[in-house]
Amino acid sequence: MAKITLDRVRHSYTENPESADDWALKQLDVVWSDGGAYALLGPSGCGKTTLLNVISGLLQPSEGRVLFDDRDVTGVPSDRRDIAQVFQFPVVYDTMSVYDNLAFPLRNRRVPEDQVKTRVHEIASMLELEGVLGNRASGLTADGKQKISLGRGLVRSDVNVIMFDEPLTVIDPHLKWLLRSKLKELHQEVRATMIYVTHDQTEALTFADKVVVMHDGQVVQIGTPVELFEKPKHTFVGHFIGSPGMNLLPCEIVDGFPSFLGHRLETAEAVKVPAGAERMEIGVRPEFVSFADEGLPVDIIKVDDIGRHRIVEVHHKSQAIKLVTPEDTPIPEDKGHLVFERDKTNVYADGWILS
Amino acid sequence: MIDKTTNQRAWFLVLPVVVLVAFNALIPLMTVVNYSVQETFGNNVFFFEGVKWFEQILHSERFHASLLRQLTFTGIILLIEIPLGVAIALAMPKKGPWVSVCLVLMALPLLIPWNVVGAMWNIFALPDIGLLGRMINGMGFDYNFTQQPLAAWFTTILMDVWHWTSLVVLLAYAGLSSIPDAYYQAARIDGASSWSVFRYIQLPKMKRVLTIAVLLRFMDSFMIYTEPFVLTGGGPGNTTTFLSIDLVKIALGQFDLGPAAAMSLIYFLIILVLSWIFYTLMMRNEEQ
Amino acid sequence: MMRVKWLVPTLYILFLMLPIYWLVSMSFKTTNEILGTFSLWPQEFTLDNYITIFTDPTWYNGYFNSLTYVLMNTLLSVSVALPAAYAFSRYRFLGDKHLFFWLLTNRMAPPAVFALPFFQLYSAVGLFDTPMAVALAHCLFNIPLAVWILEGFMSGVPKELDETAYVDGYSFWRFFIRIFLPTIAAGIGVVMFFTFMFSWVELLLAKTLTSVDAKPIAATMTRTASTSGYELGLLAAAGTLTIVPGAFVIYFVRHHIAKGFALGRV
Repeated sequence: MAKITLDRVRHSYTENPESADDWALKQLDVVWSDGGAYALLGPSGCGKTTLLNVISGLLQPSEGRVLFDDRDVTGVPSDRRDIAQVFQFPVVYDTMSVYDNLAFPLRNRRVPEDQVKTRVHEIASMLELEGVLGNRASGLTADGKQKISLGRGLVRSDVNVIMFDEPLTVIDPHLKWLLRSKLKELHQEVRATMIYVTHDQTEALTFADKVVVMHDGQVVQIGTPVELFEKPKHTFVGHFIGSPGMNLLPCEIVDGFPSFLGHRLETAEAVKVPAGAERMEIGVRPEFVSFADEGLPVDIIKVDDIGRHRIVEVHHKSQAIKLVTPEDTPIPEDKGHLVFERDKTNVYADGWILS
Repeated sequence: MIDKTTNQRAWFLVLPVVVLVAFNALIPLMTVVNYSVQETFGNNVFFFEGVKWFEQILHSERFHASLLRQLTFTGIILLIEIPLGVAIALAMPKKGPWVSVCLVLMALPLLIPWNVVGAMWNIFALPDIGLLGRMINGMGFDYNFTQQPLAAWFTTILMDVWHWTSLVVLLAYAGLSSIPDAYYQAARIDGASSWSVFRYIQLPKMKRVLTIAVLLRFMDSFMIYTEPFVLTGGGPGNTTTFLSIDLVKIALGQFDLGPAAAMSLIYFLIILVLSWIFYTLMMRNEEQ
Repeated sequence: MMRVKWLVPTLYILFLMLPIYWLVSMSFKTTNEILGTFSLWPQEFTLDNYITIFTDPTWYNGYFNSLTYVLMNTLLSVSVALPAAYAFSRYRFLGDKHLFFWLLTNRMAPPAVFALPFFQLYSAVGLFDTPMAVALAHCLFNIPLAVWILEGFMSGVPKELDETAYVDGYSFWRFFIRIFLPTIAAGIGVVMFFTFMFSWVELLLAKTLTSVDAKPIAATMTRTASTSGYELGLLAAAGTLTIVPGAFVIYFVRHHIAKGFALGRV
């Protein structure tokens, strides 16, 4: 169990980084609390794996410090940080049996054999690998091998943090669900801090208590799935999470309230435009847009029936807006009016939320 | 893997290959089999002799001697070149600008015509005018590969190591390059020592390429002819006369068709059997 | 610890370059210097040896002859191996596994075994002392190798490509030449490299099947060597020139060497 602190961490893979693009991780100041289940979510290339490797010690950050429980571990090698990492595809020692695979990290640390035996059996039963302990590791299926990878991490009693780098990538879809539940179960039992890297929002939102969203080398928001959904701090979060993503409408601020193409919109409170802000936008999720008798006039363009709800695409002048309407709500024929839910309409300046 | 469809018309596609290879393989082999069971006193008159030549060869001291020399030579070669090649591959950087340079320079010996290899080493090892010859004699040893059997063996082996180790290096390096980084990373986290990494990750993952390397080096060193022939001529005396050199002497030198043919067949058979043994031994864990 | 690792490949490469250096340096020495004084580099630098080779037909013809049969063999081996490898990769047919295995066993055949029979065979068909004879003879081990390597590359190309082409109306040969071959271009390059290499370096059969007209450079060199020592400089120059094609070829494929070995079957 450990609290992990990233203090002004930056990393570049090039020798002499010049432009912002040379930095894989731009300024990061994050605290991961003890025993939490985190998802690290973001598109490919946003720096998730880099961040993971900085935490695990496989990578030394160009700048900044990594702290475990206030202890500076920036220079400490991986095998002394008490972390475990599960990779994208299963890493097992083919020539060894499942038992020996699980025992390997303990034997390397000179743990007495009887303790090794107890521990291996404990973990094997947790992961339902009891039956195959004697088999050669190379003979197992992909999900079995990933369990072994996971097991090697859990078998050490001093493990504080377990990191998963898109571990379900090679697993068959019907087994993904089983493994995901197993991981959640394990978190309950083991209570180690778990960081789960993925680009799949469903995985992230189902596994984690808190989600860390990354974009272009920066953490844009940390919050619970609900917080991310209702109050995205960055337009990227709004766009990346939810399907379809949040509507972004360019606007101007008039007397503290946004005005979209001449039409004034209501928000929870008035906002002030920060100095130097170039791009002002309104963000509102399709779930919080609905038809009404009065409001923003729009033309109905397309209706997609998804079953339990429908996605309607409308245009106001040239701007497209999407809304999600429940099954039984009537949709006007070709023209209608929209209202946005006041509390769920956010204003963004250069991508960041104003509050 | 490709899902193959059954189609007998595919034979048309393989026909040119079959014709060319069969022409070169079957006809000569039939000739050899023919000669191996016949006797001739010239004038193209042949008498059937059964297994007489085979018996003669199998009991011949000369054959035993060259077979022994060949087995010793191949044994030493394998014991040196395989571990050495692997060690060099392990020591090479995984990426960076020097990798291509290294690989290109290492590949050079492989593309030199075999007689030039022999000639080059001849010039290089001559005791009075060769660089190596002078160096060794200068260190106090009495070295002359044209007259001393031990020196001849030493030079021949050194030449083969020079010539072919790079093949093992290239194959081993290719095998090592295909190991994903994640394995090394996991091993670091598991606290594995460098020896463990070699034993449990690198060696198992190199098994395929090492098998190819061992088979190729075994077969090629067992068939070796040109390089030692140009270097020592098989001497001094016949101390470096390996199987191929002996066979060519009998076949093209003495024109002893019968014994040469019998020896050829036995020779070929030995290679096939030993190759099969090597292959089975090295691949035996694959099925489990 | 990391620094010491560098030593290993460096020492090895130095070891490899030493005899080559000696050969090259000797090629620029006069015979007098070679036999008279021992020097690490040419004291009396001379180009005479090279001039002889470039102006004397007995010498430069040797190179032409060698290059001729090597190129003939490469073209022949690769062109027949391509359709065959395709067949092995895509189809099942009667005896396919046995045929493939038989092809590979030819690689295990000692050339010494074939020396005499080839001599008789090629004399009998009237091809003795022609480049064609050597080109054909080398097919014995180059074709199986080519088929083996190409089959490996071809198995990596999904069958869907073939099927799409047929649906689009391509005839087999048009598909094969226009679509399929470009996808395995790297593989063809690798194969040509290996067939060139094996044919260029093999000399027992090349010498056995030739005498005057098609004499490869190896035979010319041996003739000189047997006049024991008088023309060492010339020999060294001839040898050095044989290294040049090899060096060229590696230089051109250097990027593929770094990657290509891992592809296919090698």
